[in-house]
Parts: sequence; structure tokens; C-alpha cells
Amino acid sequence: MKQFFIFVKKEWLHIWRDKRTLFILIWMPIVQILLYGFALTNEVKNSKIAIFDEAKDEASTTISQEISASRYFSLLKNVDSYKEIEATFRQGKIRLAVVFPRGFRNDLLHTNHAQIQLIADASDPNTANMLTNYATSIINDYQQSINQNEKLPYTIKTQVRMLYNPELKGAYNFVPGVMALVLMLVCAMMTSISIVREKEMGTMEVILVSPLKPFRIIIAKTIPYLLVSMLNIASILLLSVYALDVPIRGNFGLLIGESILFTITSLSLGILISNTAKTQQTAQFTSLMSLFLPTLLFSGFLFPIENMPIALQVISNIVPAKWYYIIVKDVMIKGLGFGAVWKETMILIVMTLALLGISIRNFKIRLA
Amino acid sequence: MQPVVVENIVKTYPTKKTVVNALRGISFSVDPGEIFGIIGPDGAGKTSLFRILTTLLLADSGNAFVDGFDVVKDYKQIRNRVGYMPGKFSLYQDLTVQENLEFFATIFDTTIQKNYDLIKEIYQQIEPFKNRKAGQLSGGMKQKLALSCALIHKPSVLFLDEPTTGVDAVSRKEFWEMLHRLKEQGISILVSTAYMDEASLCDRVALILKGEILSINTPKGVTDEFKNPLWAIRADEMFRLMNAIKADPSVESCYPFGQYHHVVFKTHENNKEKLEQITQKGKYTSVEINSIKPNIEDCFMALMKE
Amino acid sequence: MQKEKVITANELTKRFGTFTAVDKITFEVDKGEIFGFLGANGAGKTTAMRMLCGLSLPTSGLATVAGYDVYKQNELIKKNIGYMSQKFSLYEDLTVRENIQFYGGIYGLTDERIKEKTDLLLKQLQLEEAGKKLVRALPLGWKQKLAFSIAIVHDPAIVFLDEPTGGVDPITRREFWSLIYEASERGITIFVTTHYMDEAEYCDRVSIMVDGRIDALDSPANLMRDYAANSMDEVFLHLARKAVRSE
Repeated sequence: MKQFFIFVKKEWLHIWRDKRTLFILIWMPIVQILLYGFALTNEVKNSKIAIFDEAKDEASTTISQEISASRYFSLLKNVDSYKEIEATFRQGKIRLAVVFPRGFRNDLLHTNHAQIQLIADASDPNTANMLTNYATSIINDYQQSINQNEKLPYTIKTQVRMLYNPELKGAYNFVPGVMALVLMLVCAMMTSISIVREKEMGTMEVILVSPLKPFRIIIAKTIPYLLVSMLNIASILLLSVYALDVPIRGNFGLLIGESILFTITSLSLGILISNTAKTQQTAQFTSLMSLFLPTLLFSGFLFPIENMPIALQVISNIVPAKWYYIIVKDVMIKGLGFGAVWKETMILIVMTLALLGISIRNFKIRLA
Repeated sequence: MQPVVVENIVKTYPTKKTVVNALRGISFSVDPGEIFGIIGPDGAGKTSLFRILTTLLLADSGNAFVDGFDVVKDYKQIRNRVGYMPGKFSLYQDLTVQENLEFFATIFDTTIQKNYDLIKEIYQQIEPFKNRKAGQLSGGMKQKLALSCALIHKPSVLFLDEPTTGVDAVSRKEFWEMLHRLKEQGISILVSTAYMDEASLCDRVALILKGEILSINTPKGVTDEFKNPLWAIRADEMFRLMNAIKADPSVESCYPFGQYHHVVFKTHENNKEKLEQITQKGKYTSVEINSIKPNIEDCFMALMKE
Repeated sequence: MQKEKVITANELTKRFGTFTAVDKITFEVDKGEIFGFLGANGAGKTTAMRMLCGLSLPTSGLATVAGYDVYKQNELIKKNIGYMSQKFSLYEDLTVRENIQFYGGIYGLTDERIKEKTDLLLKQLQLEEAGKKLVRALPLGWKQKLAFSIAIVHDPAIVFLDEPTGGVDPITRREFWSLIYEASERGITIFVTTHYMDEAEYCDRVSIMVDGRIDALDSPANLMRDYAANSMDEVFLHLARKAVRSE
């Protein structure tokens, strides 16, 4: 029994003296609770909406105000046409539009029926559902409040239109997310591990002492993963289209082009990590913690970014996957063209060039 | 021109609490076509020295030149022309023998055929395994393959860092025979080892301990420098004998050396008599006492104590 | 229980599939003896040692260690032997004292005994001031000597040393062997493998394994006489050259 306890004591000492493990054991749970408790939530808050009020009467204004005042919604703008609604959706600025038809109140008073149209961006079907539900319940509350003193009940029907994804398929949302994740994982993590493995095995020493330029060593290391990524994208797209019924509505060439760009971004992140990691384990750990996890959390496919506190929204801007996810969704699901995604593409290009520059410059031509 | 020149190289490694002095001002040079041995135990600074000379590490201060090129400023030229075999024989474990050789030949812009006669003797021993993955070779085979890969581009200088560590005795012997044949082809070789007996196989050696050079000389020169009288003694009950001898004030040191103890005396007088006294007093049997010449290990140990 | 013989092995064999790593070895080791167990890499030394340490079950044949049967009583064997491998088996991120205390505890020593032994060991190895230092900070030679002392902290009948002196300077190597001699004088049997052939000459008897069999077993002096050799190195090379099998 005593032997058992002395072993326990030893293990305790090991943990206490390994600063990195200690950090994980003590800080991680705290960070996680804070993150999940305050920041990451599936709950919808302050979702940007647009209102197209053709009626502009007492009823429509009241309902509009109720909706805008709700903590779930935040009125981005009032629009004057369907075209404007479409454009705003395309720009990705709103998730929901509320449309009041002309003569809304009149219809209600004279026929006891009226309709409100709710148009939602269903490329993220969960959020779209929640938003339409919240909106509907606000409308129902209003309906109830006007029914209180009447003998004949008023009914306000909501007509819901789910844009881009009428069947509310979850796949429309997670396929772009998975593409971002897979590319980040394969390219960044595997590249960094491959470079560090060379260091760990000792062969890096030998090839450095050769005419081979270090720059070429890096490029040679990344090319296989570039090719593998292409294969991965191909297989994901094939499966998505044929097995999951996810469409590729936009330009296929544009989609592939953007994917190659993001692949190169991920590869340069992998090189950057390999410059500082000394063991494969460190490379793996760093990749997971600083690339994979942020991609998972901040790309926007699991947790909508606009629902996060401002601080985290700002942070999400430096996660390359966030921009790629927007691009893929826009091109693949919404069928938009380069005009809609040029800004995000520019951001990715700038990020890539900066990362490549730093990682190649820091690549160690010596062992220390 | 000397293939390797080292001038007062200092290298330290900062750790959390202190600084490790790996090399404390090392100077030596290698003559063309010579096998120069760096002899010392683990932690002496051998690997740091090799890494500085192959341009993989920067020294804190001092200069070093390989084939006339400065290891800091002209590192690219050095990397193009030397052969390097670090410890643990860095080979690609999951590539075959043939693939490893082709890889190294190609990155040095040559082919296996071009310099084949240089590696022929060595390569013929591993040729039957040429399609076997390097990871599945025995230690001795890996050693031969690593040497072939380091030679494939006909380097002018060969740096071998502890090439015989962990390898069986037979392969060790064969390896040194190969090195001697390479020397005949005019290649200068700088080799490090922790095995003292390998020192006698070099043209000249530098004995190194804790970052300092204890002596640079030919093996014979090193042993000639040993001035104190050295005796070998054998009897039954060797452990008791050793303690008895060490207790005597005229004895400088007494260490076991296989079947005999090597005793170093402080002066030249009456040493045999002293040993006989000790053995008679302690009633030892099967006593054998000889005056002997020192080997490299005796010298290393004496230099260590200074 | 056989008191005089600390190890007995009779046609001890270990097979892995069709590969016979250890091929019917037969030998005995006396109490207090320093026994050298030599062989090239791949000759079967490590496999044989693992069987004797109770770490691996033989395929066939018989063996006892410290009087206990290797098949049925290997837990008792583990309690009565010490083991030191080339990697020293010390915890680098624990202090010297903590290492001694840990192993003392694992071997079942009482608290007083552990305290006694700790003070004794520190004094013997001249590590009194280093008691609170992390093992990582010790020079290689001291780590080695500490590892050996810890391997015998529980005064086992026999201690197995697997290439204990790799890469250390020649003086430390000999100081290490002084510790081995002292232990042997106290009655602890030493079973050691080494690549240094001069160390083979410190042993009372030596066995040399080739291709899974024991090809030679005798005192170093007798072996050198039989093979007309001037050193164990020559004896070893003579036998090892015949080997068919390499690693």
C-alpha cells in the first residue's frame, strides 16, 4: 500500500514541475468556462435584420418596433425594395428580413387576416430557424395583445422563406466549415510535423550541410500537402454534391481558386509553427491549440460570430478560416461571384503574403 | 592549406539557472590527408565542435576555417563540399538503402555512378540489402550506409561525429579499416569518439574533456608525454589489493585496467619493492608485477587529474 | 531454495514466431559473483536478461533467480532483484533525495530504513550537498553512480546492469566499478552486460552469446588462454566474427 502512495506522490511531483502541463490543467478549464459561458453560444443575440415596411401604418410600425427592441434583433436598416433586400443578403449583412405588405393594418381590420413575410438566410439553417421562431413569437405576442378585447380573433400569419437552403439542410452550413477545418488541419499541422520530424530524427542536420537551399527544403516539404489538399477538396466536394445534395451554385473555378489560396495560407502557418517547435509533439500541440481550435470556434460555422462579444468578434478577424468560410458559403451556397467576395479574398492574400514572408525569413538555416 | 583550422572557439549554452560552458577556447588544426581524432567522454563538447565546423551552430567567439572558408561568412561553400555524418547516423528510416544514396547523391548534384569507386568497398557490403528500408538494417549496416551517403559527392573533408558509438565490436573494427583506406585517397578526416582505444588508430588526436583540450599530439606523442612511472600488478582479491595500494602515500593513483591494476607512482624510486611489500603484507597469492608503458587511457586519466 | 546459486538456467529458450531469439542456454551464477553477460547486438542478450528479470516468460526451459522460478514466481523475483538500464531509470525532474525515497518506497522499505539509506547513500557518493538538486542538473557520471546505488537500495540478492557505463569518462567508469566491487563484497551478485571489453576482464566469469546460444563461458583468464588471445577484446572478436545473425 505504501508503494502505491509513494507512486502517487511521484506523479504529483512530475505534474507540478512540468509547467506546460500545469498550465493546461489549471487554465484550460477556466478559459473554457469563460469562453462557453460568455462568448460562444448558439443563442442568438442582436442579429442584424432589415425591415421592408410597405404599409407604414400603426400596426406595422408597432410590430417593427417590438422586433427591433427585442434583444434578439438589431435593426440594420429599413429598405424600400425586394432588390435591396436581396443585395443586403448577398453582402452577408443580415440574417433576416421582415416584410410588411401594403395595407397591412387595413387587411387586419377588415378581414381579420394579415400576412407578414419573413425571409431568412438559411445557409446557416439553425440560426435561420431560431430567428424566424423568435420573430414569429414576437408577432404572436402582438396578435395576442390585439385579440384581448375582441370577440372575433385576428390572425397574423407569417410566411417564411428560407433563402439559399429551403430544405434547411445542415450540410449547407457545415460543408464549408469542414472544408476550412480539413485544409487547416492537413496543411498546417501535417506540414509543421513533417518539418519538425526531420529535425527530431537528425536528418535535418545532414541536409542543411549540403548545397540544398533551405528555401527549397521548405517548398519541397509543402508540395505534397498541397496536392493532398487538392485531393481532399475534390473528395469533400464530390461527397457533398452527390451524397449530401449540397449544390455548387457559383463558379466552380472560383471555388477551387479560393481553396488553393486558403491552402497556401494554411501551409505558411504550418511553416511558421515548425520554426519554433522542437519536437513533433510540440508541433502537433501548437497546431491544435493555435490553429485547429480557433478555426473550430471562430470560423463562424459552429458559433455565429455576430453573437459573440465584441472582443471575440475582433479576434475572429485574424483567423483566416473565418474569411475562407464566408467565401465558400458565398460562392458555393449562395452562388455569388467574385464581386461579392473580393474583399475577403484580398484579406486572405495579404495574410498569406505576410505569413509566408515571416516564416521563410525565420526559417533556421542553423540548428540554433 | 590545412583542411580544418580552429582558433580559440568558445561556445556556451544558457540554461534556466546557469550557463553551460560547452567549449572553452579550443584551438587545433588538421593536416591534409590525416585522420584526426577528437577523443573524449560524453559532454566533453565533441558534438558542439562538430556542429560549429559544419556551420550548423554559431560559436560565441573565435574563428574556424574549413578548406580555407570561414564557417560563419562562407558557410554556403562549406556546405557544398564537406561530408558529414552526425551521431545516430541520420538516415531516412523509411527509405531503402538505394533511395537514401540516390537522395544524397542528387542533392549534391552528382550520381552514384560518378564516385562509385570511392564508396565501392563499403557499398559492396550493404549492396545485397539495397532494397531494404534503412530502419531495418543492423547498427553496423546503418553505419556503412551513412558513411557512403557522406562520401558520395567526394568531399575533401569528412566530419564523423561518434560514428562507432553503439555499434558492435566487429563493425567498429571494419569501420576503422575503411577510414584508413579513405585516407589513402587523400580525404582528410575529423572523427570523434568516446572509445579511448580508437585513439591509437588516428594519425593525431586531441584529448578533450569538459570543453577543454588536454593534449594534441600523435598517439605515440601522447604516451611519450606521460612521465610518471607506471606499473601493472595482478593478484587474487583485486579489490582489496586496489584499496591497499591506494592507501600507500607514494602512490599517485591506482585504477583497474582489466586483468591488471595500473599503479602510478609519484617518484621513480623503489616502486617495485613497495608493491612487493604490499602484496607480502596482505598475503596475496598469484602476484604478478610489471613495469609497463602507458596507453592513451592512462594518459587521459592522468591529464584529467591535472 | 538453492542458496549458493543465485541464477540457474537450463535450456532456457525464447521464440518469437519462427525466430529463436534465445536458444537453449544453460548456465549458473554463484552468490557474490560478478558475472559478465556479453554478446553482440542482436545475439539475444537483452531477451535473455528480460526473462531472468521476470519481465518476459520463456518459451521453454527452466530458470530460477534468487531461488524463485521464472514462470510461477516472477513477482517474487522482481522484489528480490535490482535493475539498472543504460538510460539510468532516474527521474530527471525529481531531486536526488526524492529519487531515493521513491525507489525505497517502491521496493517496500520502511520509512526509517529509507531515511537511513538516503543519508548513507548521499555520504557514500559524496552527494550530501546535492540532495535537493534535480537529477537533471547532475553530471553524467554522478547520475550513473546514483542510479546504481538506488538499484541496490533494498539490498537485493542480485542486481542486473544493462550496459551501465556508456559514454562516461574513464575515471568515472572505474569509480563506478569500485561501487560494483563493494556491492559484490557485501554479497550482492552482479549480472552485467557491457560493450567495454576491459570491463569484461573485471568479472569473475564471463559468458558470450552468439546467435542466441552461449558459445563461451569461463573466467576471462581461461578464455584468453583457450583462444590464445591477449585481451577479452580479441576473444570476443574471434567469436563474434562467426555470427550469422546481426541486429
